[in-house]
Amino acid sequence: MAITDVFRRPPSGSPTDPTPGDRPSPRRRDTGMMLELVGSAVAGLAVVWVVFAVAGINAPLGFAACWFGVFFTLYGILCWRQHGPMIAKDRMATVAIWAGALVALAALAAVILYVLIKGLVAVASDFPHFLVADMTKLGGNAKITDVGVGAAIVGTVEQVALAFIITVPLAIFTATYLVSSDGPFARTVSSVVDAMTGSPAIIAGLFVYLLWTQPHHHSGKSGFAAALALAVMMLPVVTRAAQEVLAIVPGSLREAALALGAPEWRVLLRVVLPTARAGLTTAVILGVARIAGETAPVFFNAGGLAAYNWNPFSGQQDDLPLRIYELVYQPSPVAVQAAWGASLVLIILVIVLFITARMLGKSTPGKHRMPWVRRTRAVDDDPEQLIMTSIATPFPIAPPGTNGPRP
Amino acid sequence: MTAVLTPPPTDLPPVVDVPIRINRTGTRFDKVFRFALGSSAGFVLLVLASVVVFLAAYGWQALKIAGIRFFTDSSWSPQTGHFGASSLLLGSIAIAVVSVAIAGPISLAAALMINEYAPTWLRGFLTGVVDMLATVPSIVYGLWGLYLISNLQAAPAKWITDHFGFVPFFRTPTPGVFVQSVFACGLVCACTLIPIITSVSREVMAQTPRDACEAALGLGGTRWGMVTDVILPFSRNGIVGAFLLGFGRGLGETFIVVLVLSPANKVTTAIMGPNGLGSIAKQITEDYLTASPVNASALIVLGLILFLTTLLVNVGARAVVGRSKA
Repeated sequence: MAITDVFRRPPSGSPTDPTPGDRPSPRRRDTGMMLELVGSAVAGLAVVWVVFAVAGINAPLGFAACWFGVFFTLYGILCWRQHGPMIAKDRMATVAIWAGALVALAALAAVILYVLIKGLVAVASDFPHFLVADMTKLGGNAKITDVGVGAAIVGTVEQVALAFIITVPLAIFTATYLVSSDGPFARTVSSVVDAMTGSPAIIAGLFVYLLWTQPHHHSGKSGFAAALALAVMMLPVVTRAAQEVLAIVPGSLREAALALGAPEWRVLLRVVLPTARAGLTTAVILGVARIAGETAPVFFNAGGLAAYNWNPFSGQQDDLPLRIYELVYQPSPVAVQAAWGASLVLIILVIVLFITARMLGKSTPGKHRMPWVRRTRAVDDDPEQLIMTSIATPFPIAPPGTNGPRP
Repeated sequence: MTAVLTPPPTDLPPVVDVPIRINRTGTRFDKVFRFALGSSAGFVLLVLASVVVFLAAYGWQALKIAGIRFFTDSSWSPQTGHFGASSLLLGSIAIAVVSVAIAGPISLAAALMINEYAPTWLRGFLTGVVDMLATVPSIVYGLWGLYLISNLQAAPAKWITDHFGFVPFFRTPTPGVFVQSVFACGLVCACTLIPIITSVSREVMAQTPRDACEAALGLGGTRWGMVTDVILPFSRNGIVGAFLLGFGRGLGETFIVVLVLSPANKVTTAIMGPNGLGSIAKQITEDYLTASPVNASALIVLGLILFLTTLLVNVGARAVVGRSKA
């Protein structure tokens, strides 16, 4: 690619080099630029309006699309005439990128707002009732104030907590092992964990159903079985994130502790893990936030129950995602209303977990017994982002140490 | 001054430099500890590997009966001896392709906007918001798709079918009906993929050496010139990886498809209406708990096919990203 492509064409007819004082700032937004932008938008609106009015078309989405198309073309032509192809391309790209980003944000905001509006009807009517009642009264002429998702909340919390208890020690031990040893076995485990990170949730559900739920016949479906399925989903996710966090604990810390004569297990428990604590906490909570809303693993294994069941080890148990799914297929409008309410509760649960994780990730590892640990940030760069990426991806984006400076 | 030099004793052995053996085995508890770490890694490996083993073992019954007919039969009806998974697999792939085709460019624009175009004070906030949206459960998107998007997209889908019907994809298997289609599913799945692809590709693009970007600007390049000649070439593999990752997610997406799609498990290229291609995840979810033994076994084989396809995509993504590091 020719580097000359990047050069801006010199303005035609400029007499001599301007003195530094006269040189315009490269990012200056001058009135001419705004005028071109607004003028094209208004002209596009006018053209499309006239065409749509004359043709008698009534399609708001089509109107918006056509307006953007005409505006984009007009603006392109205008900039090309005024400033030449290089600047025209830059301006058009800027418009396209902002438009794409706004579409993305609008779509995501639409989801949240729609759930908020629909869900508030259920949650806010007779306020705490929806959060504590169960679904046993759902039926022919039940009102929204008769039902609630209390049982489902209990189920979700218990199942996620059980999955947490099963997963976290295993994941952190495994991650420690993968970071501290480098043999064919460690490499195999590492690549299997990577491969499983992106596997479909329904596979985890099916696996635990075959392994645990089906052999136990009637007593099989329980909160515990659902927790097992969630744990199978969560295990690779948390392991990989923890691995990323542990890998960037400075080696000099470990070596200093070993040189002082500390045995390896003490180095791990008292130096490495405390140093990485903030990052590990973030990794674990983000893993929890990701699995809390998974439907497929609990679908086969929790069973669902309208009434409260506080014991996850015996009997079927309810669960928020499962409850939403079952409510959608009920014939009454009240059930659908309750489904929106349950969705809102689920989103709020996940977002609270997410924000907690971010806040813990931001706090520097502080209260340690060893003074030298205190001065070292576990993650020197941007811990939340690193963990987030590692949770989202089944492969490392950039090995530690290759990070370029950020914008 | 008389130097009193005692001659070195000759009977001592010559000094040989022998490095001290460092006791690298550690204490006894270290061994126990290492063993605990290793066995937990082994346990994780066991659990994850047994996923494949279990699926294969339970699917064996159907595999023995049908074998290659999973890919050659035309229809899916295991009770009557038809094991054609092609419509289901094609449907899953079609949904993933549509969703990546929609989400990809939009996510790329969003990632570039956050990194390069947004005002600096907004960047951290937007990054956080995108990451947060990546954790919104997909069943919520499914509900949203079922009640809002499936109907909203019907009019544009009709318009596309009317004007671009010469392309085999832009047709509907049920004339005049445009809801609950593969396209609608892809549209809703695209919304779940946007935060994921944006987050990953934004992170990749942020790795571009800043001095190279500034050099391009310093030479008088435009911002778009910097994007096309510095950032995109540098992060090309990472972006392809992000797209493949989104593709894998789209393949495994279950409850959006269960709620939105209305299939007839036919092999067709028309994706704009109901009663067309099926979906593996939907078939398993809806049939498994009430299925007869042979049917259940066949559904598990479907699960295995889905799992291996996703694995292939993820391994491919890994390979592509591994090749990067410009």
